[in-house]
Amino acid sequence: MSAPTVAFDPLEPPEPDVLVPRRRLRGRRRNTPLVAGLTLFSLIALVALCAPLLTNHDPIQQSLNEAFLAPGAAGHPLGTDALGRDVWARLLYGARVDLSVAVLAVVSPFVIGSLIGLVAGWFGGWIDTIIGRVIDVVIAFPFLVLIIALVFTMGPGTTSIYVAITLVGWVAYARIVRAQVLVAKEQEYAMAARVSGLPTWRILLRHLMPNVVLQAIVFSMSDIVLTLLAIVTLGFLGLGVPPPTPDWGTMIQEGQQFILSKWYMSTIPGLAVVLTGLSLALIADGIVEKANRR
Amino acid sequence: MKYPVYVAKRLVSLIPVLFGISLIVFFLIRLIPGDPAATLLGSHATVQSVAELRSQLGLDLPVWQQYLTFLGHLLHGSLGFSFVYNSPVTDLIATSLPVTLWVLASAAFFTLLVAVPLAVWAAARRNGVADNIIRAVPVIGLGLPSFWLGIMLILLFGLKLHWFPVAGFGTTIPAHLWSMVLPGVTVALTLAPILIRSLRASMVEVLGSEYIVTASAKGISRTRVVLGHGLRNAASSSITVLGVNLAYLTGSTLVVERVFSLPGIGQQMINSILGRDFPTVQGITLVFAIMVVIVNLLTDLAHAALDPRVKLA
Repeated sequence: MSAPTVAFDPLEPPEPDVLVPRRRLRGRRRNTPLVAGLTLFSLIALVALCAPLLTNHDPIQQSLNEAFLAPGAAGHPLGTDALGRDVWARLLYGARVDLSVAVLAVVSPFVIGSLIGLVAGWFGGWIDTIIGRVIDVVIAFPFLVLIIALVFTMGPGTTSIYVAITLVGWVAYARIVRAQVLVAKEQEYAMAARVSGLPTWRILLRHLMPNVVLQAIVFSMSDIVLTLLAIVTLGFLGLGVPPPTPDWGTMIQEGQQFILSKWYMSTIPGLAVVLTGLSLALIADGIVEKANRR
Repeated sequence: MKYPVYVAKRLVSLIPVLFGISLIVFFLIRLIPGDPAATLLGSHATVQSVAELRSQLGLDLPVWQQYLTFLGHLLHGSLGFSFVYNSPVTDLIATSLPVTLWVLASAAFFTLLVAVPLAVWAAARRNGVADNIIRAVPVIGLGLPSFWLGIMLILLFGLKLHWFPVAGFGTTIPAHLWSMVLPGVTVALTLAPILIRSLRASMVEVLGSEYIVTASAKGISRTRVVLGHGLRNAASSSITVLGVNLAYLTGSTLVVERVFSLPGIGQQMINSILGRDFPTVQGITLVFAIMVVIVNLLTDLAHAALDPRVKLA
C-alpha cells in the first residue's frame, strides 16, 4: 500500500517532531513549532499580499537592455532575469500565484475525499469494496506521474492543475476519514444517534464528521506543502502555470541554464520554496502536537 | 496459511488493480478537451490528417470497442506507436527503462545509507541532543523541492568542485556508477527524513521490549544489543515503510532524470509531453504504475517471508 500524496502513510498516527524539548513555562506548555510556523507563514503571506507596495516593478514587464543584472543593482534588489524582468517582483507575485493555487488546490480533495471516506466507512459492504478498489488503483500511480499525465491531457493552466490534484488527491483523505469512521461508528454517541432515528445524512455530517475530521485537517497541512511542491515541479517541467505569469518553479528552471555564471538565479526562488515549505511543515507539526495533547 | 498460498492469493489480488490501471490509462486520452485527434495534431492539421489519426487511434469506434482493442494490444505486449519517433512505444521504453532502474537502485542505496545509521543513532540515544536534531530534520525536509536540491548539488559538486559529472549517463559501467551518485543523493536527501522518522519509531519500540532487556542483562555490549538484536527486528517492519517510499521514489525519478539529463523513462515522458506524443505518454504512465505494483508486491512478499509474525491473511 502506498499513499498518493505523501511518502509516508497517512494512516500512520502522526508523531510530533519536537524541535524544542517540551517543558512547562509559567504553567503552560509552549507550542513552539506552531508559533514559529504561523509567524513565518503570516510573514510570507503578508509579503505576497502587499506585493504592489513592496515593489514598483511589473513582474511581467521585459526590459532587454537591463537583462542579467546581479542582485544589488540599482533599483533591482535581487537583480533581473534573462529578459530583464525584476527578480524581486517576480518572487513576490510568484508567491501570490503559487501559494493561492497550493492552498485552493487542497480544498476540493479535502471535501470530496472526506465525504467519500465517510460514506465508505459508514455503509461498508459493496460501497466500501468499490471505493476501496478505486483507491487501490489510484495509489498504484506515482503521484507526480499521474498529475503530469492529467495536466498534459487537459492542457496547461491553473484549472487543469486544480482538476488533476483533485482527481488524485482525494484518495488520501478518503483513506484517513474511512479509518476514523470505522472506529467512531462503534462508539456510543454514534449508536445513540442511530437509535434515535435521525436521518443518515444528519448523523454523518453533524455527529460523525466533527469527530473524524481532525486527522484529515492535520494531514491537509502537510498536503499543502506537497501540493506546493507539485505545482513548483510542474512549473520546472514547463507544465505549470503558463508564462509569463511568475511562478517559482519556472524561475528555477529559467535560472538552471545560467547556473555556472549566475548561481543566484535558481537559488533565490528555491530558497523561497524551502522557507514556505518549512513554515507550513512547522504548522502541521504544531497541530499534531496540539492534537496529541488533547 | 502456507506461504505459497499467500503468494498465489496476493497475485490474484493484483488482477483488479491491473484492470483498473489499464482503464485509467485508456481514459486519459478521453480527457483531452474537444477532438483528441485535432488537438494532438495542432492548429496546422488538415481535415484529412485529423480523420486519418482518428481512425489510427480508433477514435471512430464505440468506446467499449476501443477499450477492448487497447486491452488486446496490451496483452500482446504492444503499447501503440510513437508519433514522434516512428517506432513502437515498447522499444522506446526498453531503451530507457534500464537507466531508470539504475537511478532507482542508486536512490534506494543512498537513502538507506543515510537513514539507517541516523535512525539507529537517534533511537539508541533517545531524547538526547542528536535525537532532537534528527527528529527535526523531516520538518525541514518536507518542503525541499528535489529538482532544486539537484541543481544545487550540481552547482556545488559538479561545477565548482568537479567531483561528479553534471549531466548524462556515461558509456561504461564505472561511468554509469559515477554518474548515479548525485542523482541518488538528491533523492536520498528528500526521502531519508521520512524513512528516518518511521525507522526511529520502530527502533524505539523494539529497544523497549523485554528481549532487549534480557540481552542487556546477559552482559552483551550495548552496540551489539542495538545492532544485532534491535536493528534486526526493527528492520523487518521497516521493509513496509521502505516499500511505500520506493513507490513514491519511483515518481521522483522523473524529476531527477530531468535535472541530471539522464535518458530514463521519466525524461522520455517529459520529452514526449513536450512533443505531444500521446501514445508514449500513455505507455510510460502505465509502466510507472506497473513498477509501483511490482515494488508493493515484492515488499509484501519479503515482509511476510522475513517476519513469521505477519498474519498471512
